[in-house]
Amino acid sequence: MSDAKTFFLDEEEIPFEEGQTIIQAALSAGKYIPHLCYHPEFKPHGSCKLCTVRIDSRTVTTEDGQSVKIPGRAAASCTTPAQAGQHVESEVPEIQDLRRTLIQMLLVEGNHYCPSCEKSGKCLLQGLAYDLGVMDPHFPQYFSKREVDASHPDVLLDFNRCILCELCVRASAEVDKKNVFAISGRGHTKHLICNSESGELGDTNLAATDKAANVCPVGVILHKRHGFEVPYGQRRFDKAPISDNPAQYAPVKEQV
Amino acid sequence: MNAPLPKRKLKVATTSLAGCFGCHMSFLDIDERILDLVELVEFDRSPITDIKHCSPDCDLGIIEGGVCNAENVHVLHEFRKNCKILIAMGACAINGGLPAQRNSLDIRDILAAVYAQPGRGVHIPNDPEIPLLLNEVHPLHEVVKIDYFLPGCPPSGDAIWKFLTDLLAGRTPTLGFGLIHYD
Ligand code: SF4
Ligand code: SF4
Ligand code: FES
Repeated sequence: MSDAKTFFLDEEEIPFEEGQTIIQAALSAGKYIPHLCYHPEFKPHGSCKLCTVRIDSRTVTTEDGQSVKIPGRAAASCTTPAQAGQHVESEVPEIQDLRRTLIQMLLVEGNHYCPSCEKSGKCLLQGLAYDLGVMDPHFPQYFSKREVDASHPDVLLDFNRCILCELCVRASAEVDKKNVFAISGRGHTKHLICNSESGELGDTNLAATDKAANVCPVGVILHKRHGFEVPYGQRRFDKAPISDNPAQYAPVKEQV
Repeated sequence: MNAPLPKRKLKVATTSLAGCFGCHMSFLDIDERILDLVELVEFDRSPITDIKHCSPDCDLGIIEGGVCNAENVHVLHEFRKNCKILIAMGACAINGGLPAQRNSLDIRDILAAVYAQPGRGVHIPNDPEIPLLLNEVHPLHEVVKIDYFLPGCPPSGDAIWKFLTDLLAGRTPTLGFGLIHYD
């Protein structure tokens, strides 16, 4: 007899294997949970919090007969192991509102001018924002002053759009075994750095074919001499919402 | 909750601040539906009418472009004062858009680079008729309260139509997949 275990995601029963996180089990079952810093091939990072879910909320009846919902614990579904019988809420208004706020904060914190960004149409941040119906920035624009590094012959870095997900850091360390990228600083000074004496990408051993050069979910790590190749209307998120096909959740591989 | 709408035609004012006029052009992309629209609304201050100042009783103000100079600030305040509902239309109105890409640069350096370099002129124009530039380009909601945001660069004619028909019918405007775009 199989000892398949299940939990409930928005009331739907989801099977999981021991050791799987909530997001892993959900995505394997074809259920999408919004996420930015999670990638199936790397260690979970748990930094963006887009994948936050509520676990085991309870409804209690008060003395005067009213039903009151006691919210369960909020947790990042990419770092929280699935457990048999737990009830997980994801696509509920309260959580979706929090996710919208996170997206708005990310958008105003960097300089996200989508019309001039080569990632537009296939950017996970943008795709998520569309899916969540983000119509406004809500917060004042931060207008952070960030650099562009064009020193590498094949790869361009536009730090304006970095969301500090560390996918490139993890790809470089775990897959390419090169440690080209790291994150430095704290708070609003936190930023991506390149591992070379000059600090420039051109002086690292990054190759355009490296995993790290092809994993950025937003428009930071871009390939030179490739831009706006897919016409408006035919790009990934022109054709289908990000939540449509959970099997395709990984960042789009850049053409090299 | 939305208040019931008056039976008279709604007065709509539109303007372009620091924008490229693309949102207004896209507005015209609602094509023949504009005939349905003029059954419901009359245009007040707008490039369509060439009226220079808003009437004090406008219902909707639709603004394209961000705020990059002193005149933009005045126009925006006039719209806020005279329109019950203000809509920020397009990327520039919403986050400064492409004009705001100058915000990381020093305004004096920009002006010098454009007007006062060999081959490009000798001095920065300073005629009093020219509105003073602000140090930074700002989205509208940083200057006045904005009621609704209609993203896109520009929003498509279909997005504008969906947005306005929602609003005119008393619904909170939503765009949904295919119509919501930031580019
Ligand atoms: S990275 Fe994404 S959200 Fe940012 S400007 Fe590019 S397309 Fe827009
Ligand atoms: S460069 Fe891209 S992949 Fe790397 S941390 Fe920034 S957003 Fe993430
Ligand atoms: S995907 Fe889980 S915290 Fe980013």
